[in-house]
Amino acid sequence: MTSSSFSGGRSVTPSDRQSTGAMMPGAERAIFGVVGVFLLTAGLCSGSPFHRLAVAALGVGLSALALSGRSPVATALKIQQNEDGETLVSDAVTIGKGADELYAVWRKLENLPHLMKHLERVEVLDERLSRWTVKAPFGYSGGEVSWEAELTADEPGQRIAWQSLPGAQIENSGAVLFRAAPGDRGTEVVVRLTYRPPLGSAGTLVARIAGQEPSQQLRDDLMRFKREQELGYHPTTKGQSSGRAEKGDKV
Amino acid sequence: MKAIIWQGTNHVGVETVPDPTLLLPTDAIVRVTSTAICGSDLHLLDGYIPSMERGDILGHEFMGEVVEVGSGVKKVRVGERVIMPFNLACGVCDPCQRGMFSACDNSNPNHRMAEALYGATSASGLFGYSHLFGGYAGGQAQFVRVPFADMGCFAIESDLRDDQVLFLTDIFPTGYQAAENCGIVPGRDVVAVFGAGPVGQFALRSAQMLGAAEVIVIDRVPERLRLAEAAGARTINYEDTDVLVALREATGGRGPDHVIDAVGLEAHGHGPGALLDTAEQKLRLSFDRITALRWAILSCAKGGTVSMPGVYGGLVDKLPLGAAFNKGLTLRMGQTHTHRYVRPLLKRIQEGEIDPSFVITHRAPLSRGPELYKTFREKHDGCIKVVLDPWA
Repeated sequence: MTSSSFSGGRSVTPSDRQSTGAMMPGAERAIFGVVGVFLLTAGLCSGSPFHRLAVAALGVGLSALALSGRSPVATALKIQQNEDGETLVSDAVTIGKGADELYAVWRKLENLPHLMKHLERVEVLDERLSRWTVKAPFGYSGGEVSWEAELTADEPGQRIAWQSLPGAQIENSGAVLFRAAPGDRGTEVVVRLTYRPPLGSAGTLVARIAGQEPSQQLRDDLMRFKREQELGYHPTTKGQSSGRAEKGDKV
Repeated sequence: MKAIIWQGTNHVGVETVPDPTLLLPTDAIVRVTSTAICGSDLHLLDGYIPSMERGDILGHEFMGEVVEVGSGVKKVRVGERVIMPFNLACGVCDPCQRGMFSACDNSNPNHRMAEALYGATSASGLFGYSHLFGGYAGGQAQFVRVPFADMGCFAIESDLRDDQVLFLTDIFPTGYQAAENCGIVPGRDVVAVFGAGPVGQFALRSAQMLGAAEVIVIDRVPERLRLAEAAGARTINYEDTDVLVALREATGGRGPDHVIDAVGLEAHGHGPGALLDTAEQKLRLSFDRITALRWAILSCAKGGTVSMPGVYGGLVDKLPLGAAFNKGLTLRMGQTHTHRYVRPLLKRIQEGEIDPSFVITHRAPLSRGPELYKTFREKHDGCIKVVLDPWA
C-alpha cells in the first residue's frame, strides 16, 4: 500500500477497505485456476461416480477461488492482504480520556516503545523523520531491525500517519486515528498498519503461532495503552502464589 | 500457607504454598477467616471450564481481615473485616462507571484469551476461576491477595457472624440479580426456579422479596426441595413427574411468568436432549449440558423472562430458540455485578429480612476441603453448602 492511502480526508468506515480483504497475488491465483480446471476436467472424465464427483467438486472449488481471487490460507486465518501482498492489521480500543490528551502521548514518538512492546526504540531525527528499531522478527537474522520513517500526516487531536522510507528492511506504514466515542465514553483509538511479511502468508502464519504476529501484538498494545491511561498500571498475576513448583506464576 | 489447589480434572488437594504478597500498589492482603465452596467450583473440578492449570488456587467466596495494603490503597485499612465480591472490577472503566462490574474492561490480564473465545470484549477477572478469567489466585486459602482493593473490599462493621455475611461475595447477589432480572410484577407474577442449590435458594427468597405471587422450585434432591418448601415455595421433583406438564398445571396452563435457570452447564435430566448433551460433553464436542435451560425456555409463559444465573462456558446445541422467539421471551444472563448488591443486601441482612446462613449444611476445616468438594458434587450427606475454616 502506498502512502496515499493514509493521506487526504478518507473515511474511517470499513467501506474504504473494499479493495483489501484476503487477496491472492497474481501467480498464486493463476496456479489455483490451472489446477482447478485440470481437476474439474479429470474428474468429469474419470470412472467411478464417487471419484468423479469428489475430484470435480475440488476442481470447481479451486477454480472458484481463482476467479474470486481470494486466498484460502489468508481467508482461513483472517489475514487481510492487499493485491501487493502486503498484510493489513487494524484494531481499535475505546479509552475514557479526551482525544487531545491521547494524541499528545502518541505524537511524542519516542513514547511509542513504551506503548508497543515489540518496538525497541524510536529516535526522532527531525520534524518529519524518525528511526524505528524492533527486535528482529521471524525471517530476519541478527538481533534488531531498524528503518527510517517519515510522518505523512499529523492532525492534532485527530490523526497521525507514518510510512517507512524506500529501502527499509521491513516496508511498512501506519496510522492512528482519534475520534470521539458516542455518549461521553471518551475516545476511540483506531490503529491501522500495513507491512510486507518476510515470507508472505506462511511467514504471517509462523509469526502468529509464535504469538509475534502484528495483529496479536497490536491488540495487546492497545489494551496496554488503555490500561495505562485509565488505571495508570497494568493488572497482573505475575509472581502470585500458586501450587506450581516454578518460582512465580505465569500470566 | 495452606490452600486448596486444582491438581487436574477431578483432583483437588490441600497444599502448602508461598504466602501471597502485594504485586501492585493497589493490592491488599487479606487473612481469610471463612471460605466457601461454590457450585461453580464444581465446573472447575469436573474440568468443564477451560484454561485451568495445575497448581491454581481455587475459591471465590471468602472473607477475612485486611493484614496489609499497598501504597496506592486509599480506603481500605489494615485490621478491617471485609468481604470480597468474586469478580474483580477496576472502578474506572466505562462498564464499571455504569455499574456493570462483571464487564470490567481492565481487570483481566488475559484479555486476549477471553476475546478469542467470547468475542471483542474481555471478560472481567475472577478470583480462582481459570486463566480465561485472569488466572487470579483464589481464596480457599489462609491468605489471599485482593487486587483493586478499594473496589474489592467491603468493610463489615456490624457484629454479624461470618456465616451471615459470607454469601454476599457471590451466591446471595447472584440469586438476587437473577430475580431482579425477571422484572417481577409484585403480587401478580409466578416465578419458577430450576435448581434448588444455593443460588436457587437465594433466587427463590429474592423473588419473594421482590413480590412474586408464587415461586415454584424444581429439583430432584429431596432435602433441597424441603429447604425451598420451608421458605414457602411449591416444589416439583422432576424425577417423579413430567416437569413441563406439572408447571403448566401449576400455572393454569399459562406457564410461569419468569423462569430462573439456577443450574447452568452441568444439568442432569431426561430425554434425548439430555443424552445428546452428555455424549457431546464427554466427547468435548460441546462444553455445556443445557437440559435446565431447555425446560426453562419451553415452560416459560409468553412474553416472560428466562433469567440465567447458572454458569455457561462454551457452545450449546439444540437450544429451543424458536420457542423463545415465538413466545417473545426475554433472556437475561451473565456474571453477577456483585459490587452493586453488597450494600443493599447487607442492609437486608442487618434488618433481619434474611439470614443467609440457612443454606449451610457443612462446616469443616480447610484440610477437609477436597473431601467436601466430592460430598458437595455427589450431593451426599444432605450437602447443600460447605463453609471451610482455613485456621481450624
